[in-house]
Amino acid sequence: MTLIREEGAVKDRFTRADTLDAALEIDGPALVPLTIAADFAKARPGAEFGISVPGSTPIEDVRPHLGGATLVAVEFPAFADGRGFSLAKKIVREGFAGTLRASGPLIADEFADALACGFTEVELPETMANRQPVQQWLAARATMSEHYQTGYGRGPSILQKRLAARKGA
Amino acid sequence: MYRYDEFDERFVRERVAQFRGQVERRLDGSLSEDEFKPLRLKNGLYLQLHAYMLRIAVPYGTLNSAQLRQLAHIAETYDKGYGHFTTRQNLQFNWPKLKDVPDILGLLADVEMHCIQTSGNCIRNVTSDQFAGVARDEVEDPRPTAELIRQWSSLHPEFVWLPRKFKIAVTGAEHDRAAIKVHDIGLKLKRNEQGAVGYEVIVGGGLGRTPMIGKLVREFLPKDELLAYLEAVMRVYNSEGRRDNKFKARVKILVHETGEEEFRARVEEEYAKLDGPTINAPDEEVERIAAYFAPPAYDTLPEASQVLDQARAIDPELDRFVEQNAFEHKQPGYIALTISLKEIGAVPGDMSADQMRAFADVAERYSFDEFRVTHAQNLVLPHVKKDDLPAVHAALKAAGLASANAGLITDIIACPGLDYCALATAKSIPIAQAIAKTFADRERQKTIGELPIKISGCINACGHHHVGAIGILGLEKGGRENYQITVGGDATEHAALGERLGPGIDAEDVPAAIEAIVETYLAEKTGEESFIETVRRTGAEPFKAGFTAFVESRAVNSEAAE
Repeated sequence: MTLIREEGAVKDRFTRADTLDAALEIDGPALVPLTIAADFAKARPGAEFGISVPGSTPIEDVRPHLGGATLVAVEFPAFADGRGFSLAKKIVREGFAGTLRASGPLIADEFADALACGFTEVELPETMANRQPVQQWLAARATMSEHYQTGYGRGPSILQKRLAARKGA
Repeated sequence: MYRYDEFDERFVRERVAQFRGQVERRLDGSLSEDEFKPLRLKNGLYLQLHAYMLRIAVPYGTLNSAQLRQLAHIAETYDKGYGHFTTRQNLQFNWPKLKDVPDILGLLADVEMHCIQTSGNCIRNVTSDQFAGVARDEVEDPRPTAELIRQWSSLHPEFVWLPRKFKIAVTGAEHDRAAIKVHDIGLKLKRNEQGAVGYEVIVGGGLGRTPMIGKLVREFLPKDELLAYLEAVMRVYNSEGRRDNKFKARVKILVHETGEEEFRARVEEEYAKLDGPTINAPDEEVERIAAYFAPPAYDTLPEASQVLDQARAIDPELDRFVEQNAFEHKQPGYIALTISLKEIGAVPGDMSADQMRAFADVAERYSFDEFRVTHAQNLVLPHVKKDDLPAVHAALKAAGLASANAGLITDIIACPGLDYCALATAKSIPIAQAIAKTFADRERQKTIGELPIKISGCINACGHHHVGAIGILGLEKGGRENYQITVGGDATEHAALGERLGPGIDAEDVPAAIEAIVETYLAEKTGEESFIETVRRTGAEPFKAGFTAFVESRAVNSEAAE
């Protein structure tokens, strides 16, 4: 797995575990499926953990865990399945301030959109990272310098910039 | 019309560079064919039956002469000297080479054009009334709304990987010429009882293999809440639309399977969570866009034109042209003029580079440098002085663009069909040509009156056959092309889906079958009823009877021949 952020490749602090037993054996933060998150939190009170949720998950199912988890990994079954983008927006709207990860076979061309929807990082399978190395992700991220949609990404939208320019003039 | 500012300009330039990079990354193997495909589609590049096809966005169907001249240049340099106007008010080139596409995009950017989202599972080019800003029955010009949606939907970070394509249409008039009830979202500008302007919002209409009339989701949406409400609809669809079966992935299926009421509740629930003011366009921005669509500098003229009246009296051809192709303009002394791209025997919607240049000259000189593309694959000169009509007619005639058949039985909408399209199961264009030839006689066309025929070469319904007064659907049956005929389809405010008349028939029988249907109409009509009005009154039954009689007579004849 390769983990990519806006500034480049970073090391993954989390270790994935599919069962509670496996999760309890991990030193350091565990990344567990939503279904065992509550049990894990109970068994290891105070321990740092992340939850893994499919992009199709309703926000109602994710919401109860957003206070405890420091990482939410939204799983993309395919690069063309855009549900994860909408789930990210909903998670951010809930006030989640931890790390939001897009996980799956995304392509570099989606990096800017993922960041604009609130994702912090992208976790790529190795086969994808070999074909599309980190440099391509950083380059793709920078191809479009502006966006029209207010409420996405960090900088002001084109609409907001126009308004600011008019008020400044 | 709208002009790019520095932001719009940079945006399309960067988009061209982005696509150039994507092509390079496909060629060096970074992107697989499966990954590259949606990226090229979102830039309007299809792989068709024989070659690539590039679909160029004509936002809400509005163009100027410099843009058309550039399209003529592209047609000659990179294609076979012509372009094809589509039912989505766009323009397609059927023969570009992949390596040339980035250069073509650069030439388009030079005249403030692009191919952004003319295909792919994203929000497509927004369409509108071809008589926007001209029609007398307009509450408000729909173009500023359409332009705002164009910008908002361009490379939307959240909504570029939807379950399926998504089409939005806007109208500002009472009479719906934008077919808003058969779009994924249809918007109608209206006034509420207090006199405030807002939108009626219709969701879940569509054609294709499961045609549906859209459902009213919001009776009145205040105008300044548009983008936030659209975001709510799109988010519900993006999250919940089906992704297990591409034939059930359009929003119409979600609305249908969820139920109209429940769908409305989910949209409103999402909408309630949004912080509207942080999403909606600022008033100043809406006004900035609207200012580009202010009426041009009309001359103050009397309603009637003596010049035109005298010219019509001595030139029957001009007289017929004006009678058939002119549309009432809200400004006295002006008319809007439909230019039919349906010369008898021609390919519906095709225009040669020479015609483009000739037409650009006419638009520049006589229509404030502006024209429109209609979803019926015709063009419109929106602001022609009646005094200038004789000269305009002469110029159009010289370019082969003066067919006086707008709205008549020979003004046929047809998809590209088996001659171009990889999806097609039957020919479409040759059927249109055969029908047009059958009804070529002008007096006969005039007697039949308004009769929109729409032809699709497969069930995906790009020719909108479901909403044709007469609809023709070409299928493949036992290795032969087979055509199903419907009547009663309507894309206006009376939106209705056509009803099938009987079994499918062979291609060579289609013109005679249409003649049989027309005979039924002429026998049934009362007073000044148009074809669709008669069908609406009588229902499909008399037409079924006439059609069945025709099919039986054909069977007898072919047995006799054996």
